[in-house]
Order: sequence, then C-alpha cells, then structure tokens
Amino acid sequence: MRLAVEDLSVELGGRRVVDRVSLEVEPGRRLALLGPNGSGKSTLLRSIYRVHRPAAGTVRVGGDDLWRLGARDAARRVAVVAQEGGAEHDLTAFQVVMLGRVPHQRGFGADSPADLAAAEAALERVSARDLADRPFALLSGGEKQRILLARAITQNCPVLVLDEPTNHLDVTFQLELMQIVADLGLTTVAALHDLNLAATYCDTVAVLRDGRLVAFGDPDDVLTPDLIADAFAVRADRIPHPATGSTHFALSPLKDSPTERKL
Amino acid sequence: MTTRQRKITARAPRSLAASATTAALLIAAVGIVIVSGATGTVEVTVAESFKIVTGHVLPGMPWMSDGSLTSLQDQAVWRFRLPRTLLAGAAGAGLALAGALMQALVRNPLAEPYLLGVSSGAGVGAVVVITLGAAAAGFTLSGAAFAGALAAAVAVYLLARQGGVVAPTRLVLSGVALGSLLSAVTSYLTITTDAQNVFSILFFLLGSVAAATWPQLAVPAAALAIVFAFALLRSRSLNALQVGDETATALGVDVNRFRSQLLVACALLTGAVVAVSGGIGFVGLVAPHVSRIAVGADHRRMLPVAVLGGAVFLMAADLAARTAAAPTEIPIGIVTAAVGAPFFLWLMRRGRASGAGMHR
Repeated sequence: MRLAVEDLSVELGGRRVVDRVSLEVEPGRRLALLGPNGSGKSTLLRSIYRVHRPAAGTVRVGGDDLWRLGARDAARRVAVVAQEGGAEHDLTAFQVVMLGRVPHQRGFGADSPADLAAAEAALERVSARDLADRPFALLSGGEKQRILLARAITQNCPVLVLDEPTNHLDVTFQLELMQIVADLGLTTVAALHDLNLAATYCDTVAVLRDGRLVAFGDPDDVLTPDLIADAFAVRADRIPHPATGSTHFALSPLKDSPTERKL
Repeated sequence: MTTRQRKITARAPRSLAASATTAALLIAAVGIVIVSGATGTVEVTVAESFKIVTGHVLPGMPWMSDGSLTSLQDQAVWRFRLPRTLLAGAAGAGLALAGALMQALVRNPLAEPYLLGVSSGAGVGAVVVITLGAAAAGFTLSGAAFAGALAAAVAVYLLARQGGVVAPTRLVLSGVALGSLLSAVTSYLTITTDAQNVFSILFFLLGSVAAATWPQLAVPAAALAIVFAFALLRSRSLNALQVGDETATALGVDVNRFRSQLLVACALLTGAVVAVSGGIGFVGLVAPHVSRIAVGADHRRMLPVAVLGGAVFLMAADLAARTAAAPTEIPIGIVTAAVGAPFFLWLMRRGRASGAGMHR
C-alpha cells in the first residue's frame, strides 16, 4: 500500500515542528527518515499514526486521507513501533503482542484461534517465543523491542512505522531487527539515527532539518558528505565496506567548527 | 502436537482460573445473601432464609402459602435484610468497576472512584441537607448527594480539559485539589452545625447501607448494569489504553473520546452508588488490584472478577458491620478498611503479586 505525505505541516504548542514536508513511499519499499534530534522526525511519524493532527497537508495511505478514516480503519492500515515504552502496566509479553489484534476484533469474548496463531507466528518471527508468559514490565530493553515489533507484525498492516527502533539495542539485534523489518516486505517508514543502517536496509532516505525536508531520494545520491555536513554538522567519509563492499560512512567531527552547527 | 499448539494450550489455564474464580465468587455471593437473610434479631434459619428468597423470586413455591413461615420472618428477610445486602453488593460491584476503569484511564495504581471528587461532592450535598434540613434545602439526602457528586465530577473534568484534551495527570491533580476544597467545605459545615447532626454526617461520610429499601436499589443497579456492559464491550480498548495513549491510538482507539466516555460512566456510576450508600472507602481502590493479582491485567478477565469480588467483599463487610458489635452497627466503611487493608497487604506481599505490577 502506497504512503504519501503531501505538503504536511504540524504545529505543537503554536510552534511549527514539521514544515511543508512532502514525501512518498511506494508499496513494499522502505524509507529512512534521518535528521538530528529535534528535526521533526518523530512528530512527522506521529501524524502518520494519528497522534498529531496536521495543521496543513494530508497523509494518504492507499490513496485515502488517513485523518478522514475512522480510528480503527487507520489502525488496520498503519502499525507502529513507537518510542513510548509503556512499561507501567501489568500485561504479559503475550498479552502485549495480542493487542495487535485489537483493531481487528470487536466486543467481548475469547480470542479466535486465528488471532492467537497470528501472535504466535509474530513471536516466532522475532525469536521471542520464550518471552511470551513473562511480565512485559520486567523484560530488558531489547526484549521489549522484540515484543513491540511482534505486536506490530500481529497487527497485520500494509504500512509499518518505526520510531528509532534500534535505540538501546545491542549491535547484533540492531542488524537482526532491520533484517526482520526488511524481510516483512511492508511499506515502511523508519526514523533512524544510524546512517549506515539507513543506507544498508532502506531504499530511500529523507533528511529533515528544522522541520523541513532537505533531501529525499536514493541513499547513494542523497547522502553526500556535503549534505551530511550540512544536516548533522559532522564530517562523513564514504568508504567501501571491507566485508560487504557497500557504502559505509566513517564519521568524524568537522574541522572548522567542531561543535557549532553550520547553518 | 506442534510447539505452536502447545504454546496456545499452555496459556489456557489462566482463563480457566479466571472462570473458576468467577464461578466461586458467584456461589459466594448467593451464599452471603442467604446467610445475611438469616442474620438479625428476628429469628430466621438459613433454610428459612433460602425459602423466603427463592419463594419471592420463583412463582408457585409451596412453602410461601403453607404457613410454615411467619409474616414477621418474611418481612425481616424480604423487606429489610435482602435490600440492604443487595445494595451492599451493588455498591461494592459499582465501586470496584469504577475503580478499575479509573485505574486504566489515568494509568495510575492509586486511582479510585473518588478521584473525580465524586465523594467529596456528594459529601457537601449530603451535609448541606443534613445541616439545613431536607425541607429547607429542597432536596432529599440522596438527591443532594447525587447532584453534588455530578457537579464535582463535571468541574474536575472541565478543569482537567485543555485544548479539547483530558490528560491523565491534569485529571488526577484537579480531582485531588477540588476534593480537598470540597472536603474543607464539608468540615466547616460539620464543625459549625448542631452536635446532633454530626453523627448523621459521619455516618454518611463513612458509608452505610443500613436504611436500604427496594426502590433505592434501582438507580445503582441500573447504572452498574449499563456501565458494566459498556466496559466489557470495550475491554480490548481498555487493555490498549492501559499501555499508553500513543499505543492505544495506534491500535485504533479514539483515546480522547474513549476517555471522556469512561469518565462519564465512572461519574454516573460512582455518583449513583454514593448517593444511596455514602462514601464507602477502600473497595474501589483495592478490588481491582486483588482481581489483577488473581487473574492478570486483561480486562476481559479482570473486570468480572473485580465486580463480583467487590460485591462479595462489601456484602460480607455489611454482614460483619451489623453483627460484630450487635446491636450497635459499625459503619461499613470502617469494616472495609479494618478487614480489607490487612488482607490486601498480605496478598501484596505474596510472590504472585509480582506478576501484577507490585514490583514497580
């Protein structure tokens, strides 16, 4: 399902946090949303999963205006792994995964075998079957992230939104998670901080700075040393990865102004 | 059997435990109704109490017309003891339900039905009537308490609302602040009124079902039935809401609307209960926690157990309130706290509670 953000602006507390951003993701493709802290990545994502209503512009999922769909219909199209940990509850990991079925179920009653099977399959997919009966609140950061990803998979939506999914994860699971996401084959938007993960696992990158889209396109074309210096105020050298041969970014402080951001 | 099937069946015992707990509580509820019918100054045996109750509920029971039961016994059980026990049950169930909903909607384990200022609002209403007299106030005690409860809840809701959004923290803080203000009003009215009124005021504030009649049961029972049905139908949304607002939104719950609906439901239910039974404390805070410890945090299992548990607990507390120091009645609110608090603390210290959020 195609995702299109058209001329989107979002205001929080009277301040324009996302400013006239347009971008699109073709069905089954993955977009990395890059940008320094405070550049508006999370806010942009939140208007794709209906937390922040846009001040202007539209979000289209499969051609329909997401903000004109009902809450349930929207939740059948867009699944989210958000930053909100939500550890202040008493559900088990399996019950958290089963929440992914909420937009598909109605009323009171037992979960259908199909619902349970979807949750089991998702748990298997993220290699977390053994976590199922543990209290979610007692899991480690990485284990929680596995469960939240399993919940999003269980939601069975064509579009997947990930907000900094690799935060607090060890390097092994960072790569594993990105590979799982790539294998799902969903239309994906992921806010990332790691340029190398973005270049390796995503088809397209979008770079935000101060709420504006400053670059959008193929990682190899977009992530030039100049743009990275401009957006992140770091020096980036593109080198071939010694093992895989793909483009790799070696980062170091900018020489002329090591801490001050170039504006 | 594949591993996947085994996983699914391994989780079945939990729902079996929930069904067993629910069934046990239902049996306990019926048992307490019969026993409380047999408790009091007019002598009625348990068997006679059972006969009288079933004779009124089911048509054509032979013992109702064969003269084996005196009309005094019939009156005592059907006119006085049964309504008060059932009112205790409805109040316990209603407060437990409202407490469970409040805890989910503000995501705070300290939340309870009176968080919305409902009990302090009802307190002001009731105390005004007691101090001025019903005629001067133009309200019955229950009517004034109900009006005070709803007025307080509406005020808390409006204070907590900002830009169309009711944030949990603002709700908790407005409830606490307004509650203090209203309690101050109640205290002032109490301290400045005639000494003879103070006892009535205290009796209301601590809660009592002693004067229950059948007509009084109607409003709380109807409120309980409606809110319980609503909560069960939305129990999956409640599960999502207890995780977080963003998560619930992403799972298709219209959080703002749902939270407002829940608040209205809680205010009406709590107001209906408090208006007839006063500010019975503790059960609304603790029954949901005990239920979570017993059957987990899934609202589809937790709500029925909390509701039945609250009913059984308050019916038992009422039985204790009228027998422990007979012929003097102890206010039921004292019994709920005196018996309930140690029980809850014991339960909380046990190992199983760690699975129900007690590790936080």
